[in-house]
Amino acid sequence: MMSPNLRIALRFLTARKRSMAMSLMGIVFGVGFFIVTQAQTSGFEQFFIKTILGTNGAIRIQDRFQPTLFTMQSEGAGGRGGMAIETEPNRKYVEGVEDPARVGEAVRKFANVSGVSIVVQGMVTLVTNVKSEDARVYGINLDDHLAVSDLGSQIIRGSLSDFRETPNGSLVGSVLALRQNLRVGDSYMLHSGGQSRRYRVSAIYETGVSDIDRVRIYLHLSEARSLLQKPIGASFLQVNVFDRDRAPEDATRMEAVIGHSAAPWQRREKTWLAVFSALRFSSAITVSTIILISGLGMFNTLAMLVIEKTKDIAILRSMGYTRNDIARIFLWQGVLVLIGGIVLGWLFGALATYGVSKIPIRIRGIFTTDSFVVAWSWEHYVVAALTASVVVLAASWIPARRAARLEPGDVVRGTAQ
Amino acid sequence: MSTSTATVIRCENLHRHLGRDEGRVHVLRGVSFEAERGKVCAIVGPSGCGKSTLLYQLGLLDQPDDGRIWIDGELMSNTSDELRTAARSRHIGFVFQFHFLMLEFTALENVMMPMRKLGRLTPEAMETRGRQLLESVGLGAKSHRLGTQLSGGEQQRVAVARALANEPSLILADEPTGNLDAANSALVFDLLASLARENNQAVVLVTHNPEIAQRCDRVRAMKDGVFV
Repeated sequence: MMSPNLRIALRFLTARKRSMAMSLMGIVFGVGFFIVTQAQTSGFEQFFIKTILGTNGAIRIQDRFQPTLFTMQSEGAGGRGGMAIETEPNRKYVEGVEDPARVGEAVRKFANVSGVSIVVQGMVTLVTNVKSEDARVYGINLDDHLAVSDLGSQIIRGSLSDFRETPNGSLVGSVLALRQNLRVGDSYMLHSGGQSRRYRVSAIYETGVSDIDRVRIYLHLSEARSLLQKPIGASFLQVNVFDRDRAPEDATRMEAVIGHSAAPWQRREKTWLAVFSALRFSSAITVSTIILISGLGMFNTLAMLVIEKTKDIAILRSMGYTRNDIARIFLWQGVLVLIGGIVLGWLFGALATYGVSKIPIRIRGIFTTDSFVVAWSWEHYVVAALTASVVVLAASWIPARRAARLEPGDVVRGTAQ
Repeated sequence: MSTSTATVIRCENLHRHLGRDEGRVHVLRGVSFEAERGKVCAIVGPSGCGKSTLLYQLGLLDQPDDGRIWIDGELMSNTSDELRTAARSRHIGFVFQFHFLMLEFTALENVMMPMRKLGRLTPEAMETRGRQLLESVGLGAKSHRLGTQLSGGEQQRVAVARALANEPSLILADEPTGNLDAANSALVFDLLASLARENNQAVVLVTHNPEIAQRCDRVRAMKDGVFV
């Protein structure tokens, strides 16, 4: 059976359809826009993370370090009153990984690690019929690297099997290939350290990250060692993990175990991640103002209703309705509008998110996409509902408390404040 | 404190001030009063003599500054708001001058409102009783009309039915005919008096209408905050 308070609240609510509908619409739009903006900003952020994990991996292990903690001591006059200054712990870095096989083996023992790829890199000069320009060679074992990147799915022309079967094959970035007018099957020269070697374009890849696509050339590891004259060691190890969110903890433990610096993706890309985080937060604040305004509308509507209904409140009190009953009647109205606003807002938000995901937009630079990227997350819906709940309940509570405080005797006597 | 079983409400030495600072007025100056079951008592007097203030004190809508009130032998003055509210629900029915119907609700819903709060009856029993009460005040055919669709006299008759809904032992009426024409005044008073006598309920009404006062079982006149 419906409670008497809810029954009265419903009737009061339907008696003020227009103002309540305005408050309802405010909550619907506030909740909906909150969801759609969060879906967009989170979507682009997630896509960016996917891109960087697919190109540079979750953790990069490179320079070896040595602790350089030392103490300065001085002796006082007569051998007394001496002092000692202990410096902050510091490190001295030695470039590269001297024994990549042993380090790789140690890293593979981490439970969260799903793959390790040894990479030798160096700057070279690319020479074609068009022009000469600097490029960065990445020497890799293809199968190892496919386990730590999305290189397999980034090929836009040619094939990986050609690269695998061709010792002087290479994978060239799409921007570099375009600038040098290179096509699959073409050959070109790479100069480094006084030697020149000819390579064939086995495939052209596109990561969407322009900094990579315009300079990076993948060669077989043995070819890169010869060209760059680095017969041993590695420039870095690219590591992939099962749980990307645990990468910082794993990297810290790896540093302690293997004595090499280990940079998780969160640290490497912290500038961009901070930008996305700030965008998400600022859009949440901006859109929350819609909810806030609808809350003010709700407050105004209920405050007016309390004034309008003082005699009804007095008669209810004379019948035995308690102060809590009166407060609940007004809170129920806020709650009913809130529930309707949240449910409709969720629906509007979901439809708007779907619609936005179909809007064409061409983005190149930090990632590649041809339409808006959205993330579907229940958290956006929960946070939107919680934000609306806090605002609307606060807006309802003040008039409800005022209604509950009315003294029936004062109202009937006509001296209510 | 000995109280006759016929006595529904009794008060002793009630004092009440209203207003603040220089505007503070001593409205009730030691009023004592009692009402018995099955009797209709009128309180008369000039405007501002404290009649309505006394009625709100008796109805536990207001707290006295001094003095005591018993309802059915239970001391109710200066008790908690919750206890006084519960006592109003169980023991007291109100009829006010300006009807005070809740206009978004039908006549039947208005009559059922106190019953829903008390929760003593099932929903079906509440509706049956509500219809019976409306029949008894001659509004059985208009039970589904909203308050706005009823005349002033009809609204006051609904208010009488509503006051009787929980079978209170005491009905307090503040100028129940003050806003009605002569015919409707007589009709409403007759209803109130006959139903109360029939149900052995005490009625205390404040009125300026000498004809109504003359028809009551007892008349108490007030002046300057005391009975004279």
